[in-house]
Formats: sequence, structure tokens, C-alpha cells
Amino acid sequence: MRFMLLFSRQGKLRLQKWYTATAERDKKKMVRDLMQIVLARKPKMCSFLEWRDLKIVYKRYASLYFCCAVEEQDNELITLEVIHRFVELLDKYFGSVCELDIIFNFEKAYFILDEFLMGGEIQDTSKKSVLKAIEQSDLLRIYFNKADA
Amino acid sequence: MPAPIRLRELIRTIRTARTQAEEREMIQKECAAIRSSFREEDNTYRCRNVAKLLYMHMLGYPAHFGQLECLKLIASQKFTDKRIGYLGAMLLLDERQDVHLLMTNCIKNDLNHSTQYVQGLALCTLGCMGSSEMCRDLAGEVEKLLKTSNSYLRKKAALCAVHVIRKVPELMEMFLPATKNLLSEKNHGVLHTSVVLLTEMCERSPDMLSHFRKLVPQLVRILKNLIMSGYSPEHDVSGISDPFLQVRILRLLRILGRSDDDSSEAMNDILAQVATNTETSKNVGNAILYETVLTIMDIKSESGLRVLAINILGRFLLNNDKNIRYVALTSLLKTVQTDHNAVQRHRSTIVDCLKDLDVSIKRRAMELSFALVNGNNIRGMMKELLYFLDSCDPEFKADCASGVFLAAEKYAPSKRWHIDTIMRVLTTAGSYVRDDSVPNLIQLITNSVEMHAYTVQRLYKALLDDISQQPLVQVASWCIGEYGDLLVSGQCEEEEPIQVTEDEVLDVLEGLLVSNLSTPVTRGYSLTAIMKLSTRFSSVNRIKKVVSIYGSSIDVELQQRAVEYNALFKKYDHMRPALLERMPIMEKTASNGPTEIVQTNGETEPSMGESKHPPPIGQPANQANDLLDLLGGNDVPVIQTTMPTKTASSGGELLDLLGDLSLSGGPAPAPAPSVPTSQPTFLLDGISSQPLFNDIAAAGIPPMTAYNKNGLKIDFTFERANPNPNIAVITIHASNSTEADMTDFVFQAAVPKTFQLQLLSPSSNVVPALNQGTVTQVIRVLNPQKQQLRMRVKLTYTHKGSAFQDLSEVNNFPPQSWQ
Repeated sequence: MRFMLLFSRQGKLRLQKWYTATAERDKKKMVRDLMQIVLARKPKMCSFLEWRDLKIVYKRYASLYFCCAVEEQDNELITLEVIHRFVELLDKYFGSVCELDIIFNFEKAYFILDEFLMGGEIQDTSKKSVLKAIEQSDLLRIYFNKADA
Repeated sequence: MPAPIRLRELIRTIRTARTQAEEREMIQKECAAIRSSFREEDNTYRCRNVAKLLYMHMLGYPAHFGQLECLKLIASQKFTDKRIGYLGAMLLLDERQDVHLLMTNCIKNDLNHSTQYVQGLALCTLGCMGSSEMCRDLAGEVEKLLKTSNSYLRKKAALCAVHVIRKVPELMEMFLPATKNLLSEKNHGVLHTSVVLLTEMCERSPDMLSHFRKLVPQLVRILKNLIMSGYSPEHDVSGISDPFLQVRILRLLRILGRSDDDSSEAMNDILAQVATNTETSKNVGNAILYETVLTIMDIKSESGLRVLAINILGRFLLNNDKNIRYVALTSLLKTVQTDHNAVQRHRSTIVDCLKDLDVSIKRRAMELSFALVNGNNIRGMMKELLYFLDSCDPEFKADCASGVFLAAEKYAPSKRWHIDTIMRVLTTAGSYVRDDSVPNLIQLITNSVEMHAYTVQRLYKALLDDISQQPLVQVASWCIGEYGDLLVSGQCEEEEPIQVTEDEVLDVLEGLLVSNLSTPVTRGYSLTAIMKLSTRFSSVNRIKKVVSIYGSSIDVELQQRAVEYNALFKKYDHMRPALLERMPIMEKTASNGPTEIVQTNGETEPSMGESKHPPPIGQPANQANDLLDLLGGNDVPVIQTTMPTKTASSGGELLDLLGDLSLSGGPAPAPAPSVPTSQPTFLLDGISSQPLFNDIAAAGIPPMTAYNKNGLKIDFTFERANPNPNIAVITIHASNSTEADMTDFVFQAAVPKTFQLQLLSPSSNVVPALNQGTVTQVIRVLNPQKQQLRMRVKLTYTHKGSAFQDLSEVNNFPPQSWQ
């Protein structure tokens, strides 16, 4: 996976994770382009499209679009499953996750993502395992310092 | 100073902003506060401030002033600080900034931290955005962690190693020992990441690939366990056990089995098993099947397995889920070359996909349909494809049109069908047709001799309807120019001939000239077409008028043409018929390459091409290497010229002629008469005996009389053609001092082996009596070895009713002509 974007139907970016070194300016342009393309897609269309030399896999969950860019040799169908797994993790963590949760706790969303994927690949295929690691890290946080962020 | 506001509060506040300007104001205020807080080196709230900065960064505002602060957070002892610090580093820093290198030491320390979650943070950051320098410095630490027994760290280290290898491929060797026992792990996380690591290594290095081939049995075993094992809640997804791991293993197997028979055989069974046993009701199952199919097609699998794979794809095509259909079409496209017959079985389903609503699916279906077209299904397929062309989005039309042309060319069942198909494309998608189709089409039409009348009639009718589609208009005007006489005389056999007068035709063509819809190229076509009709129609005066009007056109191209055509009418009217005669059949060398000029030594009517046409005529600019050699790389469009000889046996006679003189090494038949020449810029240049341009320098070589017998005198005058001084341009002037004309006059020449000769068309084949005029013809002789020029000439003509023929040697060439 090259990068993952989360954005709302109004075109507001909620999360961006880049797995390759890209200039800030290029990132902005790519995000803008892709958002435009994906938001213009009709509901009946398939979840895959070709963009530049990459394949884009996207899925809408409620008001949020989850959008991944994968390479030519990657399996699009399993990428859909990866996206779904991430949503499940968020859901378990926040308890019936909605967009607001991700807006107000974006740093936590990142932590969860970073526990689930690294360099674009899955670290652990066990939902339980990933959630446990987050839980423990959170506890660590509380234990280590009294002054909270 | 009051404590900086909390992150949540900031988010809440910013979201209340009603306008962009209001938001910007809030952000600026907060940024200022954060900046002063940073300046004060406040440790307590740094974390909070950076978090806020990251939020504002996500909204699109600059946050570079927080980069160093992230580093400070990373160096802190507090876990919360580190967490936000590493996140900030990943979001704000990248290898383009030198700042990131400062992280290296911190990461190194954290990789050895006592708390695994801190180690995890470090590994994650390194594995996501580590630059090559960082990777080089820290690879050793990663390798150490790869060997740890802590599965939490091991899995992360494996993925971090993948990143290191991507950045610094030379370090791959270093990780080899640590990979030894990776697959014996029970932990799925480690298993998964290990497979990813192995895949990366095998993809990058053929040595690694052969080394890891021995893992195939182990991988097969693991996969088998996954399929056969009972329900495992931890890794279960819709009833399938760890589909992510399955897919990854299948991918690794693909790479390992790719060009290796043994490995492929070892995985045959498991692939068949996965293919038949996997649940297909949900996307997960299909994802695994998809990967399986990809693997089967890529390795050296037995044919039964391949058929199984293609059938799976066929089933995918019928799936309600469009994602599955899309994926199936993509895979079929990849396999259609190798397993053509198997894919053909699913042709009707594929063709149905042309009607799908989804753009990506339509495109795939179109590509696949073209790949499946063959001689048997051409009629049916073309019907579907033409229907598709009618109704598809503009973005597809160009590709579809090109595809249709290609397929039609390859598999057309009849010429009429071919022409009809082309017409259909031109009329429905005419403006999307590629530019190079126009010359190809023209050539096709020229070669379908029996369809000329039908074609020109249909094109004419199409023009009456619509003149906006330029490729259609160009082809149509060219045809009308060529076959206008057939159109007017109503000769069409294939369908009801229409009644059309010369004036109507000229109206249409003139309409094209003035229409705003016509491009300059199109106008050029129509003007030339009008000109050509001057030899086919009787309303020459009208044509003369049109041509003279455009002699003052603003468009330089049109003006030039008009002026030349005018000159044709005025000074060179005797040449006009020859110049404007029908095109001969053109032979094709390659579908996109230049056409070859056929040696029509007497077989077809003599004709001359027009040099001013852009490539549409199909006259190659680079035909015959010897042309370019001869003329020093002159790349002006070539004109085909032939000897105006009527006898088909002239080839034989020539060979006789050249009996003891060796042929000059040209292609058979003898090169002397009909060799394509490169035409200098101006139409009339090489033909007229007077040099029209200064670049053909009359080098002061004295003229000579080459032949003088029975009242027929042939003089040679010489020029040297720049740029190649090895070429002598000889103009023959034939005059007749007897009281009767010499008709059917043919001049032929042959030269010794070391020379090459080209003969351009003569001005006429009638030498008028009593020296009232001369027939001129240009000969170009290439003399690279500067040998003495000798020539044998043969003359044939009819005089006072009887045929005359004479052979003669010309040896009195002035030395300057060949030195």
C-alpha cells in the first residue's frame, strides 16, 4: 500500500498515512485530485479505479470515505478486507465509531492504524492482538504521567 | 501565562467557525500561542501543543515550526510524549529534511528500551519513514530484534526489515540468517510479516529466490492447516481462517513457483484444494480465490488447473458484485494471450459487460473483447463493438475506433463489409478517430478497386449529412477527388446509384473549403480533390476559378497549393492529366509503417502522385534505403514514377538491354526504368528542364548529344544536385526533325554496376515533328566511385505508323559529369 486517506463527503481530510516519501506539495495535490475523483463516483460503481500508475481501492462507511492506493501487483479484494478490518478495530475501540470520534480523537486513530499496519502491510491478523496492544499502550500512558495531554 | 488550551477544546472551537476566514483567524491565533510556548521551552505542555499543531496540519495549515519539537518529544522519557513525538515525526518530517537524521539516535535508544511498546514505536517510525541513512545506521538493531523471542517485537522487526531492504537493497544479505526459523512460528502476526519479508527478498534477488524455494513444502503445509483447521475465533473472517495470511502465502508461492517446475508441482494440490473448497459467498472468499487464480496462471501449472482457474474467473463474471466482475475482467485480460481458447468460452459474458454502468468495467470489457476477436466471430463481435462505439463515453471512442479498424483489417470477411464497417466508425465516431487512421483508410479504399464506386457514393452521402468530423471529411474528399467520375456517372453496383451532378459535387467540396468546421488539413484535402476533378469532370473552368481564388489565401499551405495548381493550368497543362491520374494499388509493408511503392512497370496505368499531399497518400518518405543513399538523405515525400510504357514485357527487354552491362545493383526488375525517386520540394522541379531553384546548380558542364539518328536527336544537359556531389542530374531533350510526330516515345537507360540510376517521368511520350518541341526527362545518376560514366540507351517509338527501336551506347560524357 502506498497511502491511505480518510475523508468526509464534504471533502474534509480526517486522516492521511503515507508509506512512501513524498513532498508536502505533491501530497496535497494528490489528496485534492483523489478526493475529487472518488467523491464524484456514483454509488453503483465498483470500488476500484485506476489512477496514475496505482490502483485505488475505496469504500464508504457512513459519512467517511476510506481510500487506499495499492500497487499493480496487489490484490484489490483483500485490500477491501484490510479497510474493513481497520474499521472494525476503530469500532471496537471507540464503541460504535462515528466520524466525530475520529475527528476528536484523530491521534488515537493514528495509533490504532500504526498498530495494525506498518509500511503498508498488516502487522497482525488477529483483531484481539492489535486491540490488546493499544489497550496496554494506553494504560502505559496513564501510568507514566499524571499531567495529561 | 495560562495553560495552553486542550486539544479537544481547540478542535471544538475550530469547528464552530462559520467561514474559512474565521477558521484561519483562530488557527493563526493558536499558532502564535503555540509558537511562544515552544520558545519558552515548556516541557509540560509541549505534547499538547504538538498534538494541536498536528490537527491544524491536517486541516492544511503549515506546521513546520513544530518539527524540532517533535524531536524533543521523542527524546523525552514520558510515553505520551514519545507517542505524540513519533506521530509528529511521521506526519511532519520526511527524508527531505535534514532534521530527520537527528532522530536516529533517539530511535536507536528506543529500539533498546525496556518497554516493548516504546520499542514498537521506534520500529514503526523507522519502518514507515526511515531514510536510507537511518536504515543503514539502524539495520543492525532491527536484525537483532528480528531474532528475539518476543513475537510482538518480532513481527514489527520483520516489517521494519522490509522497509530497510526497500531503501537499501544491499543490506538484504544481513537479514538472511534471521529468516531461518521465521516460518516455524505459531504466532500469526509473525507468520504474516515473515511471509511479507520473504516475498520482498525473493522479488529483489534471484539468489534469494532459489535459496527460499526449499520453503515451498513448509508454506504448503501452513496453508493446508489454515484451510483444514477448525474454527479459530481469533483469526476468523466470515468463516475463513486468516484470509490475510492465506493470500500472502499464495502470493509467495506464486513467486517461488514462477519459473520452476518442481516447485509448481509441489503446490499443485494445495492450489486445487483452495480453488475448490473456498467459500465464495463473501468478498473474503473471493479475495482468496482471486489470489489463487493469479498464482495458478503465473506458475507452471498443469492444464487442468489452468482451466479450473479460468472457470473461476468465468464464474466471477457472473457475480452480482461489480468488484468481482472488475477483477475477473482484469485477470482475463492478462491470461487471454496464453489461454485464448479457454477465455473464448466466456466471450458472451464478456461482451455483456460492455453494457455495464461502471466505467472501469466497460474499459476492461472493451479491451478484452478486442483481444477475443477472431475470424470466426468477427461479424457478431463487430456488431456489439460498433453498438458500444455508438453509446460509449467519449474517453473510449478513440481507443474503440482504433480497435475496430485493427480488427476489421485483420479479419474482414469481405471488402464490402470492411468498407461498411469503416463508414460506420467514421460516421458515428468520426471526430475521435486517430490521425493516422486517415492514411490507412485511404490506402485500404484504394486497394479495394471494385468497391470504389460504392465507397465514394457512401462517403459522398455521409458528407451531405455532416461535415464536422474531420477524419471522415478528409477521407471523403480524397475519395471524391479520386473517384468523382464514378460518382457522377452513377456506376455503383452494390447499391442504388444516386444521381449527382458535377456541380453538386463541386458545391460540396467548395463548401468544405469555406466552412468554419474544416481544419486547415481538411481544406488542403478538398482543394486537392477539386483539382483532381479537373481531369475527371468537364467543368474545368469552374475548377480553374476556385483554384485561382485560393492563390491569394491567407493560409500559406492552401496558397501554395493553389499557386502550383494554377501553374499546372497555365504552363504545364500538358502534364496535368498525367499528374492527376488515378492512384495505383499500394502495397503495405506494416500496419503503421510507410507503404511500399509497387513497381508498376507497365502493369497498371502510369500515374504520378502529388508531392504536396501530407502522408495520406501513403507515399513513404523513406522508402527504399537506396533512395536516401542516392539523394543524400533527402527526406521529402517520395513520388512514384514509372516509365510510360505500355508493354508488360518491358522488363524482359530491359534485361536484354542490360545483357552485357551489369545491372546497377537495384531490385529486379531492372532498376533503370521504374524506381521511386525522391522528389525535390516543388512539384514541377525535377521534371522541368529548367532549374527553378538555385540549389540545383548548373555546374557549367557542357551539354552533349547522346544520340542522333533518323531525325531523332537526344541531347543531354547536366546539373549537379546539391547536396550530394556524387549525383549527376542529366536532363535529356529529345527532338524530332522529321515531318511526322514520333509517338509512344520511350527512353530507357542502363548504367554499369558501380552506378545507380533513376529515371523520372518524361514530359510526354510524343516528340513533335519538325523540332516544334522537345520531350524532356530527368535522369539521376549516382556515381560514388567516380568512375567514368557510360550508358546504354534504348529508344522505342512509333513513326509514320511503324514501330522503331534502337539501341545505342553513350560514351562521350564530358569528364566533369562524373568526376
